[in-house]
Amino acid sequence: MSTLKFTLICAFVGAGVWFGGHLFGIGYLFFAGYTILQFIVLSSAWNILGGYCGYVNFGSAAFFALGAYTTVFFYKFYPLPIPVLIVLGAVVSGIVGLGMGYLTLRLRGAFFAIATLAMAVVLQTLVVNWDYVGGSRGAYIVRTESVPVFGFALEYIEYLFLLMMVLAIVSLVASRSIARSQLGFGFATIRDDELAAEASGVPTLRLKLIATTISGALMGMAGAPFPYYIGYLQPASAFGLEYGVNSIAMPIIGGTTSWVGPLIGAILLGSLQQLATVTIPSAVNLLIVGLLLVTFVVIAPNGIVGLVQERLRAWRAK
Amino acid sequence: MSALLHVNNISKRFGGFVALDQIELEVHEGERLGLIGPNGSGKSTLVNCICGTLQNEEGQVYFDGAPMNGLAAHQRTHRGVARSFQLPRPFHSLNLVDNIRVPMLYTVHKRTGPLHADTVDARCIELLRLVGLDHKARQMPRDLTQVEMRKLELARAVAAEPKLLIADESMAGLSHSEIDDILSLLMRLNERGITIILIEHIMSAVMKFSQRLAVLVSGKKVADGKPDDVVRNPEVVRAYLGQ
Repeated sequence: MSTLKFTLICAFVGAGVWFGGHLFGIGYLFFAGYTILQFIVLSSAWNILGGYCGYVNFGSAAFFALGAYTTVFFYKFYPLPIPVLIVLGAVVSGIVGLGMGYLTLRLRGAFFAIATLAMAVVLQTLVVNWDYVGGSRGAYIVRTESVPVFGFALEYIEYLFLLMMVLAIVSLVASRSIARSQLGFGFATIRDDELAAEASGVPTLRLKLIATTISGALMGMAGAPFPYYIGYLQPASAFGLEYGVNSIAMPIIGGTTSWVGPLIGAILLGSLQQLATVTIPSAVNLLIVGLLLVTFVVIAPNGIVGLVQERLRAWRAK
Repeated sequence: MSALLHVNNISKRFGGFVALDQIELEVHEGERLGLIGPNGSGKSTLVNCICGTLQNEEGQVYFDGAPMNGLAAHQRTHRGVARSFQLPRPFHSLNLVDNIRVPMLYTVHKRTGPLHADTVDARCIELLRLVGLDHKARQMPRDLTQVEMRKLELARAVAAEPKLLIADESMAGLSHSEIDDILSLLMRLNERGITIILIEHIMSAVMKFSQRLAVLVSGKKVADGKPDDVVRNPEVVRAYLGQ
């Protein structure tokens, strides 16, 4: 299927979800849906480096927060429309991703993972001590009641949902296109055996830098509308553990070797968490993630996609 | 005649341990060189320094007349140096055709410009046929036997269309018939104009294959010449059989 066809199908499904939400007329659906879509972007972004290249990034929350704080910065410095802020968030996070890659990609395995975690801590410390964006006190973002879109007055949460839907489609199309391209082919060789990849002529360092930049940019994009969604942004919420943990857990549960895995993981885990949020104490959310992660690592180390593929292979072999 | 590969007095240390001590080696175009030495003599370190996996501290590696020090491994592959690994390192998530496709896309494309997908496919299958694996083209590396894995390793190296192929212990752990299989494959590759350095412990295979033999002992080159002369060299005998 061509990328254009795939994009159109995504847009069609997105429009279906949007009208479905309107049909039920429950505002909470948009509120919860925004979070699930945000996790689709985050998990797809994480998967480009973590799944395709095999480099586990524990610093997802830092890239997400960079996007969010780019918005806060411009909110105070020179207010801009959210779509422009999304682009700026992507640029800032992409540049930081490139820099992080340059500094850390000579490390491998656990050492790389620890370095990304350290980068998140360093960035959080910088933000906590930067008064202009609210420092440790946090920053308030005042939003209007509704936003005019193509002549229709949309409620703000609907507008944010729509934006995140577009970002989710962008991240899925990007993730799928990469997986099917020469770039994705190169990423797979890095994941399988970096030494053999180099010996085959794959410029591994350059490819990994491309992966950290794209991955960082997509995460920054996901973070940019967040201050408008939450209304009050503080370092603890932007750099929250749930972003780091979820963006790793969702692709692992769904399957890391294709673009479908993070989508399945994000929908499954995101919906479960939203359900848990309104039914049981919120602290149980991370417990659900942890339990599911352990379960999947034991029974389906290649995620849901891997499990289905294995079953299909076995069925065909019969 | 100028050498295709000229290893000019290179040295490599790991902390206080001297792995290579001023190695001087020339390999000419179309030649079949055997490189032997006891375990720990520095053969693999030398290969790693030639291929760019390790950087030598002293000396220079020239390939096709141009210096290669400081170039990354993939850049050396683009120049025309390919290698197979001592332990096969296939890309496990890719099938056999795709394993072969990687060097085509990243090395041959770089030299010749983009090739049509059908041309790449045809070349991949042709290479798999050359090593006798075309019937398993769509299978995964985990489905291969040990000797097939070695053949895939060689096919992937050859897919980069190298001028120089370094086969690092391609016959280790194989039976006599399998060794003959790999030997005839290497001969066929050499007939195609590829210069080959064979690193091997199996002396019968080395003697059958090599036009020239170089011997490393404790990071030093102790002999270099015609195979029959080299195996009678007292230093070589001492290194292999003791005093």
